[in-house]
Amino acid sequence: MSKVIASRTAALTETPFHYCPGCAHGIIHRLTAEVIDELGLQEKTVGVASVGCSVFAYDYFNVDMLQAAHGRAPAVATGVKRVLPEATVFTYQGDGDLAAIGTAEIVHAAGRGEKITVIFVNNANYGMTGGQQAPTTLLGQVTKTTPNGRTSEANGYPIRVCELLSTLTGAAYIARTAVFDPAHVTQTKKAIRKAFEVQEKGLGFSLVEVLGNCPTNWHLSPGDSVKWLKENMLPYYPLGEFKVSEEVE
Amino acid sequence: MNHELILAGFGGQGIMFAGQLLAYAGMLEDKHVSWIPSYGPEMRGGTANCSVVVSDKEISCPIVTEPSILVALNMPSLEKFEPSVQEKGLIVYNSSLAVQPPSRNGIDTLAVPGNKIAEELGNSRVVNMVMVGALVEKTGLVSMDSVFAALEKVLPEHRRHLIPLNKSALEAGAERCK
Amino acid sequence: MAKLLMEGNQALAEAAIHAGCRYFFGYPITPQSEIPEYLSRRLPQVGGVYLQAESEVSAINMVFGAAGTGARVFTASSSPGISLMSEGISYIAACELPCVLVNVQRGGPGLGNIAPSQADYNQATKGIGHGDFHLLVLAPNSVQEMADLTIWAFDLADKYRNPVMVLSDGILGQMMEPVEFSEEIPEPPEKPWAVTGASGRKRNIINSLHIAPEVLEARNLKLQAKYAAAKENECRCENYLTEDAELVVAAFGSCARIAKAAVEEARSQGIKAGLCRPITVWPFPEAAVAEACKNARACIVTEMNEGQMVYDIRLALKDRIPVHSFGKMGGVIPTPNQILDEIKKLEVKPGV
Repeated sequence: MSKVIASRTAALTETPFHYCPGCAHGIIHRLTAEVIDELGLQEKTVGVASVGCSVFAYDYFNVDMLQAAHGRAPAVATGVKRVLPEATVFTYQGDGDLAAIGTAEIVHAAGRGEKITVIFVNNANYGMTGGQQAPTTLLGQVTKTTPNGRTSEANGYPIRVCELLSTLTGAAYIARTAVFDPAHVTQTKKAIRKAFEVQEKGLGFSLVEVLGNCPTNWHLSPGDSVKWLKENMLPYYPLGEFKVSEEVE
Repeated sequence: MNHELILAGFGGQGIMFAGQLLAYAGMLEDKHVSWIPSYGPEMRGGTANCSVVVSDKEISCPIVTEPSILVALNMPSLEKFEPSVQEKGLIVYNSSLAVQPPSRNGIDTLAVPGNKIAEELGNSRVVNMVMVGALVEKTGLVSMDSVFAALEKVLPEHRRHLIPLNKSALEAGAERCK
Repeated sequence: MAKLLMEGNQALAEAAIHAGCRYFFGYPITPQSEIPEYLSRRLPQVGGVYLQAESEVSAINMVFGAAGTGARVFTASSSPGISLMSEGISYIAACELPCVLVNVQRGGPGLGNIAPSQADYNQATKGIGHGDFHLLVLAPNSVQEMADLTIWAFDLADKYRNPVMVLSDGILGQMMEPVEFSEEIPEPPEKPWAVTGASGRKRNIINSLHIAPEVLEARNLKLQAKYAAAKENECRCENYLTEDAELVVAAFGSCARIAKAAVEEARSQGIKAGLCRPITVWPFPEAAVAEACKNARACIVTEMNEGQMVYDIRLALKDRIPVHSFGKMGGVIPTPNQILDEIKKLEVKPGV
């Protein structure tokens, strides 16, 4: 008799991911789905996909899904949650979507303390459109639209989303994690679980920023992309919990 | 019966409320009514005004440009709207402030010292009700009973203690025309 | 139910509640702010949700989310705000989500002014947002119709799974007239497509992304079939004194009230004038327009814009008779006498 010791989580469909080799999205999808599954939320969850590499998230998460316009996922999630306060509502957004075109939506969803969970993947560029500068692109980083590297004079400074949102009273839980090794994968799952638990307890807005590597647009091998992330992103985007409201503690 | 009114005065003289009260009273009498605050160029010049139509038939245009009745609470309003009043129309004006009587021929006029009467009642803010009282008594546009009934409906809860004062003002205005 | 004397904007808001709508997401802008003000007080009384968004962009996306759950939901704005919503409206139409949109039009373009206008006719009936889609667009001309057409809008939205716009303006929004609400509350249909959490059923996906051209074409064909059905079934038009009319004035919304007064005055002067008032401006009531003008030798389209509906009238009349345009822009309201003058211009030139 063989025993199942690992299987696909029920909260993921059987559709194979379209992501590039070495991309962090697959891991982050799986962790999110596992948390939904383990907390028993699958049948009451409504997910909101955004625009970017994760645009097809509605094909992967085995829950009711909406696909939102670029940057608008927190507003769409707000509409869902206000009608269905008992539902579990999450958005899955990248850095171009959330930190540029969707800045107003994310800031005000957090400001209102909207009881939704946001999974935010930061890979320091616009992946789907082919590697252009994102608001999170680091100084000196070469992208398709910063061919000589981002400069503060021409392009301003990268935005730290967790630090920004953690100043808002309505934000109950804000954390930044990474998934470049097993220990950090475990930490990320813990943070995502906490974020969903915050929503289930009705404590307010929760967001987990996950630093992701983008080997294709960074023009690096998957291994080198991990090295680049550790050396360049971690100093500017430190990991940790930035806001844990008293009720969450 | 088709009355097309413009009520005009300074902002704060209760023009809008006076117009709504007449429209409400007309509705209570199952007449067709409309009320609309002023729009367009005539809005400028420091006056507030509204159009009110009270009619036996369905109202086509609720925006009054050539009133059959003008109620003017101050001099600028009288000067501005006097030329637009229909032939054989009526101008009811507050002679306390509009000291220069209308000069046009072929129209009916009624001078009501609105501020003076209101002050005699102890509250200059009810000048709008004095003018409505005079207008109703003069024209029979709506009945005074309907105006009283409308007052009960239109005044919000926290203003209901003002009903007796408003009624006195309406009656004082009417008395002036008897 | 007794008659109430209400402002158009308030009557519209109350009508939405009568239609079973419990969700409103909006943003203040003159001259529609009475709608959110009224609902911020009224919706909590009936167990509903009023939420002021951070922008019209967000408001329409909140509507998208709420409509996705199957709830009756609406938003209201005025011209510049509707422009901001056009992205979300395209997504809502693409995803076939029912909702009601209200435009209390003001003068444009740009920031324009806060005076009444009808300059968003083309935007509403032709060009709101990207892609091949249509709103159903209803044009009330009284406070009673602000209420009645809003209730109808919710029914149409559910029937066609499509956004429906009530195209109002600053006159209708701010004026007071008696209004009666019917006691009958229409029952919304079942919405098995809604996203509510996939409990005991297959999961639902609401999505407007279709990478394969053949798939997207099929989606578009489905939308077009729906619009064809709406054209077939929902056209409404009020024709007044048109049976023997030699001159027909065509107008919609508040401008039709002014035009009606001009037509009545023309009749009293012995001129055979009539009024044609499209109530659905999309789908456009072409047959009724043609019927109104069957004995006419000219038509004058009066609008509070540079002449926008005039093109739909010309299409409906197929160049059979001359169609003149008389428009006022920038928030200027035509008077009955000005329209009467236009009628008379044609009257003294027989054979035009």
